[in-house]
Amino acid sequence: MRSCAESLNAYILRALGRDWGERLLPRGLDITLCDQVVLIASGLIWTVYFAALAIFIGFFLAVAVAVAKSSENPWLSRPAATFVFVFRGSPLFIQFFFFYSAFVLLPRAGIDIPLGFVTLTVQTSALTTAQVGGLIVLVLNTTAYSAELFAGALRSIPKGDLEAADAYGLSGFTKFRRVVFPSMLRLAWPSYTNEAIFLTHSTTLVFLSAFPARQQSGEAFYYARYFVDQTFNPFIGYPLVAAYFILLTLAIVGLFGLANRHLNRHLPQAHRPRVRFRPQYIR
Amino acid sequence: MFAFCTDPSTLPQWQWFACYLTTGTHFAFYRSFFMVMLLLAITAPIALGMGLLGAMAVRSRIWPVSWLGKGYVNIVRGVPDIVFFMFVPIALGQGIEWVFHHINCPDWDQPIRQGNDFIVCREAKVPAPNAPAWVRSTYAFSMAVIAYALVFGAFAANTLYGAMQAVPRAQVETAEAYGMTSGQVFRRIIMPQMWVYALPGLSNIWQILIKATPLLFLLGIQDAVYWARELGGQKTSLYTYPHPDWRVWYFLVLLSFYLFLTWGSERIFARINTRLSRGQATAAGERLRKAAA
Repeated sequence: MRSCAESLNAYILRALGRDWGERLLPRGLDITLCDQVVLIASGLIWTVYFAALAIFIGFFLAVAVAVAKSSENPWLSRPAATFVFVFRGSPLFIQFFFFYSAFVLLPRAGIDIPLGFVTLTVQTSALTTAQVGGLIVLVLNTTAYSAELFAGALRSIPKGDLEAADAYGLSGFTKFRRVVFPSMLRLAWPSYTNEAIFLTHSTTLVFLSAFPARQQSGEAFYYARYFVDQTFNPFIGYPLVAAYFILLTLAIVGLFGLANRHLNRHLPQAHRPRVRFRPQYIR
Repeated sequence: MFAFCTDPSTLPQWQWFACYLTTGTHFAFYRSFFMVMLLLAITAPIALGMGLLGAMAVRSRIWPVSWLGKGYVNIVRGVPDIVFFMFVPIALGQGIEWVFHHINCPDWDQPIRQGNDFIVCREAKVPAPNAPAWVRSTYAFSMAVIAYALVFGAFAANTLYGAMQAVPRAQVETAEAYGMTSGQVFRRIIMPQMWVYALPGLSNIWQILIKATPLLFLLGIQDAVYWARELGGQKTSLYTYPHPDWRVWYFLVLLSFYLFLTWGSERIFARINTRLSRGQATAAGERLRKAAA
């Protein structure tokens, strides 16, 4: 039997690959409670990687899609609305399968794009890994959900703010940057916090769908499932991963709450909308 | 299926596809779409019932009941649903076998958990070891239904609780002034009126429920995802219908099916909402009244 210190040493970075700890995962009767605590915690590396990157990239894309969706030009608003409809109307789980099976069809060597004077080779082999391909699906998904929130916020920007901006002679990008964007963000922030939480929870689906966990490096729920399959005892692994996710959720609520305070710092105290944790997990 | 299907390798394109799409496994694939509908049709009322019970428990004046309700709602909503989908069927299955074990084999002296094995006596196995296949699949399916109903019941409880609170206070007070008991107030005033407030939330939960159905696959049930993977995978010339990797097309079909389902239910909910708003003291009800006048 391993001691807890040995488990910590062997498995705390194991999620990064087999060179970062013990080559083999603990198996069968060899599994100790500390193994479960440590290995599931090490899976959080990828949970945080997927969630943080998807939220960060998705944020900028979502602002663009939301602006396009509320544009009066049908050439912009139609495609944006379709994008949002497709990604919000279908299950994320199926999206993972669909994109994975599309990515494996791409030629492994990369795609050559002849640009006349130079030929650009797009690397495609990375797309079939969860770390790249799965991340892309998560980004597209959170973009659609957040774009819907931002578009809703754009519709409810106080009319007076926009008129004041016009009165000051602001227009075009300056008006967007100084008035529209901050108001939109402020209005959408509480629901955007919830979206960030849902996204973090849905990272559990990455390795449950088609994307392979190479060298058995997966995220927290992947390891929880591994332990339950090995020990046939659901009463340790699943509650552990649940506890870790509750901690992650609290961290997100805290971080986004700070941002919310910053966004609303100009408002009188009583009017500040509080971030409320209203989870709604499946997508 | 068709008479000309005896030797598919010699067939022209359209006949080949006609035969290919009507094989037995493809019919299993088509049936799995009905299974999704069946799951939705069974789970939704149970989840709504659980939600109603949960919401009534939260409102209860007896504190253990109210704590139980609050605990249920908050624990289920605070933990990723997928954990529940994986946890409940195994935990419940082991729980049932444990109970049967203690009833049927009281003189069994070995521990149930031996290392990594969960061992109960033969009489306590659920479903029984010699049970036919349909019993096994029905058992697995009902476990899934229970897991879904538990999770979505908590979501629904939260929405229904909010809706009960949203019924205008003045109406409740009027009913009390007429001498109705709290049970009567609930049945005659709150229950009929809360639905219009609950509908946006319930429609949201319904959409999430639809999008949660492919997770059935993770519970080892042969649902649409399972068949899409099976049928779409590359088939070598050893098979009657050899084809390259067509999974992407199968998943495209699944994607369109779900898009259609969510789009359709959105429209139906919009209709129900109009119907429920009639004569209600809300902005939508007022708009309907003005339009009619």
